[in-house]
Amino acid sequence: MRGGGLLPVAGLLGVLAAGQWLLPAYHHANLVRIMVLALYATGYNIAFGYTGLLSLGHALFFAAGLYGASFAATLAGLPPGAALAAGTAAGGLAAAAVGVLALRTAGVAFMIVTLMFAQAGWLAILALGPWTRGDEGIVLPDAARALAGFDLSDDAVRYPLALALFAAGLLACLWLVRSRAGRVMVAMRENEERARMLGYDPFRVKLAALAISGTYAGAAGAAYALMFGYAGASLASVQYSILPLLWVLVGGAGTVAGPFVGCLLMFYLIDYASSLTSATLLLVGLALLVLVLFAPRGILGTLREKGVRWLP
Amino acid sequence: MAALTLLEARGLVCHFGGLRAVDGVDIDLAPDEVHALIGPNGAGKSTLVGLLAGRIAAQAGSIRLGGRDITRLPAHRRVRQGIAYTFQITQIFARLSVFDNMALAVQGGAARPGGRPALKREVAGALDRVGLADRAGEVAGTLSYGHQRLLEIALGLALRPRLLILDEPTQGLAAAEIAAFKRLVAGLPPRTAVLLIEHNMEVVMELAQRITVLNFGQVLASGPPAAIRADAAVQAAYLGG
Repeated sequence: MRGGGLLPVAGLLGVLAAGQWLLPAYHHANLVRIMVLALYATGYNIAFGYTGLLSLGHALFFAAGLYGASFAATLAGLPPGAALAAGTAAGGLAAAAVGVLALRTAGVAFMIVTLMFAQAGWLAILALGPWTRGDEGIVLPDAARALAGFDLSDDAVRYPLALALFAAGLLACLWLVRSRAGRVMVAMRENEERARMLGYDPFRVKLAALAISGTYAGAAGAAYALMFGYAGASLASVQYSILPLLWVLVGGAGTVAGPFVGCLLMFYLIDYASSLTSATLLLVGLALLVLVLFAPRGILGTLREKGVRWLP
Repeated sequence: MAALTLLEARGLVCHFGGLRAVDGVDIDLAPDEVHALIGPNGAGKSTLVGLLAGRIAAQAGSIRLGGRDITRLPAHRRVRQGIAYTFQITQIFARLSVFDNMALAVQGGAARPGGRPALKREVAGALDRVGLADRAGEVAGTLSYGHQRLLEIALGLALRPRLLILDEPTQGLAAAEIAAFKRLVAGLPPRTAVLLIEHNMEVVMELAQRITVLNFGQVLASGPPAAIRADAAVQAAYLGG
């Protein structure tokens, strides 16, 4: 929560930067996707890991970024940079709007209310077929994916871009959780009533955390649409609310780099499992079971507990 | 008694269903006094301080702090106006360090230190006042019970309040810890007024300049310790005379 932390984060980013030249094509392409999704998970961690808000509705914020960027690019004809900004803002606004209503509840009720909002959003995307083309989705034309002469469908271009976005998100997260505001967020997670009697308004703190978290989700969704050229309803389904929760739990809730570790591990676990069997989820489930039994605080969370104190 | 009034509550009412927990209570606090609130279990003491701190909404009546009506202010805004509240059951951030606990109180309190060194200084000073200066690095939940109670009080003090409400602060403390607590509280006025719920009569008689006795949600008597001790109705209801 304070001191240090910059060095390990810089180290991780350095390793990822070296990946641009060192990784074989297959893993190079995978890492692009992982970094974009890890940006999403890093934002989820701000709400869940640090502030204690267990949301099951983040797919809505991810989708807001996804469609915000897609519509900005296709309907409004904006360049990718502006589309990315539009998607990011859409994610933050969606989270703030949901938060104003959902934060009247807490705990299980908050989970259910956020889930309902996300499901409503998903159904709306399906219902608005003429614009969203439902499950089939929008395919972004190549023209919408050309950033200052570079082609965003090219891995050599989108890897450094994904890294830049992820790095910005990760460093911002590190700065936030080490700040005084970050300390107040953790206070809400640990003991809301005590925090209130120290003069902090729980509603405002949680709303801010959720909006920041949604901004991350929006940025990740927008980057996903622009880099992979596709926005479909399946990316707004409940699965995309559960996945960031899972990544954060695997990597370590309330650790800065945990969401990335969880996302990386789950991605390759599924990748590896599907090379062995068609019952992929069975293997993934078993691996999660082992993790819950032996590292209940996630990988980085358990390491930190066992004495690797320098982990941020 | 001081001429000025810090807090002035009139006709406070809070009923839980048919239970009249607080039933038309008036109370005045001077800015430089230690005021004790006593009464049998279920008399409405905790509910009354809950109303004053804003944790419970008053169904009727008014509360003024320094002349300003705060009846409708939510609890966290009353903290910013200078009312600090410590819980009867210890409420600290058990998984955070003592430093982080205190920093949360200090960084939001009246002092608002600018940079990190100023924050550290302020926290160290606040911990020093309660004798926990050498514990800053420890995880709060691992402290002894007595030290956790002290930390709870230190959190309230770090807010630099005009009024500190203490709900049964000496409960479960050892004799030496109670002596230290009495020294601490006696040194708070005139900067901070204290409203104290306490069952330990020795502590009450020694610390309080005024005592209010509650019974069945109503004020049975209010006055200086000697008068309360002599009051026949109080003896019948509470002191067991």
